[in-house]
Amino acid sequence: MIEVQHISKSFGDRKVIKDISGSFQKGKPNLIIGASGTGKSVLLKCIVEIVEPDEGLVFFDRRNFTEGDRNLKIEVRREIGMLFQGGALFDSKTVQDNVKFPLDLLAKMPKDEKLDRVNFCLKRVGLLNVNSKMPSELSGGMKKRVGIARAIVNNPKYLFCDEPNSGLDPQTSILIDELIQDITEDYDTTTIVVTHDMNSVMGIGENIMFIYKGEKLWEGNRNDVIHSGVKELDDFVFANKIMLGMKGK
Amino acid sequence: MKEVGKYFIFLGNLFVNRESFKTHYKLVIDECVLIGLNSIMLFMLVSTFMGAVTTVQTAFNLVAPYIPKYVISQVVREMTVLELAPTIMAIIFAGKVGSSMAGNLGTMRITEQVDALEVMGINSISYLVLPKIIASVIMYPLLVIVSGVCALLGGYLVGSLTGVISPTDYIFGIRFVFNEFTITFALIKATVFAFLVSSISSFKGYYTEGGALEVGQSSTQAVTTSVIAILIADYLLAQLLLSPA
Repeated sequence: MIEVQHISKSFGDRKVIKDISGSFQKGKPNLIIGASGTGKSVLLKCIVEIVEPDEGLVFFDRRNFTEGDRNLKIEVRREIGMLFQGGALFDSKTVQDNVKFPLDLLAKMPKDEKLDRVNFCLKRVGLLNVNSKMPSELSGGMKKRVGIARAIVNNPKYLFCDEPNSGLDPQTSILIDELIQDITEDYDTTTIVVTHDMNSVMGIGENIMFIYKGEKLWEGNRNDVIHSGVKELDDFVFANKIMLGMKGK
Repeated sequence: MKEVGKYFIFLGNLFVNRESFKTHYKLVIDECVLIGLNSIMLFMLVSTFMGAVTTVQTAFNLVAPYIPKYVISQVVREMTVLELAPTIMAIIFAGKVGSSMAGNLGTMRITEQVDALEVMGINSISYLVLPKIIASVIMYPLLVIVSGVCALLGGYLVGSLTGVISPTDYIFGIRFVFNEFTITFALIKATVFAFLVSSISSFKGYYTEGGALEVGQSSTQAVTTSVIAILIADYLLAQLLLSPA
């Protein structure tokens, strides 16, 4: 479980995260939702300390990550897998080397075993015969899948996904969502997904945190999201006419 | 001043939480190929012409009949070893290698590849930058040696072909009252310049924020700042190592 307490972050005079607290459960996808520019990705980056929060604490399974020493931070980070918005694949490495990268640096296992693990993860995300391709030769959806394979190759305890289906067609988005849900359940990871895609919310949103202008306004699950009674959340959810139809039912 | 402080903290982070020697070794070799082998043709071309032009211009200026011809190659030697090979080549090094380093790291930064390393618990500064600095410090002095040889050869060829100085006079002048310390001085300068160019360029690239436009700006800033640092260091080293006690 990941717990955040009173996280705040400003960039100059602009406060982008305002005193957010909450917990993210193990074994089910936790979603942070909200419109673009509300601070979802910044919150995610504050949790893993790519962006250092101004205030607040983050606990990974009761380990105080924010105030921990360098060794604790390295220990926790080596248990994290993260999928970035653009995939963040290393341009100069092949797909195989990208996925193998965390194993090369962090795991002590024979070469054959590493290759087996890489092939297993690529198969898990539905990619076959792409080992020797360069990231520039892949489509957006394939890049995301390679990113997921790289994120899970080290058996992470915590999985973070920043806008996993941005820029993807609806069919590929659903595939990515299902993949994230399966991985979370199969490996019992604590997964946090940042998204503004209502398909994802309704598909895998078991624990949802809604952020509006840097503040947490609502928390619940996909069954409650259309009856929240929170105006800002309603505006966000029912911007999509299909969702409006669902409310009518 | 804030930027200077940030630069020194950046340098300090190079040596914290490093990866294994084996990992760095592979990266350094890759960088040596990128920095050294990919630049050698340009360096050879530029320095050959530089030596040739220096020879012709020195000959043009030495018109007094009582000045022996071998002085031309002596001047070419001193200029090449003391200034042209280490300093002018460092400016070319900043333009070619420094801008590429800044662009490379800047692109990695804006496409979140640097963040991906950090999330894995890897010190991205040490992993990405240290090999570039080590490779530069190894390869640039070698490039300077190649460059010096090419410049002297360029002068020899032009001198012989145009007849401004005979081959015998040229070689005599090259060897006449030669002070070996100038070579040591050139290599010290080369090492310092390589460190400055690689560290400043990496620093500018690593802290790029924004998009493609900012990556371009970082590359330009990397070259500009490196060139200024080279010129300042050039003066300081000359003052420190060449001024009479």
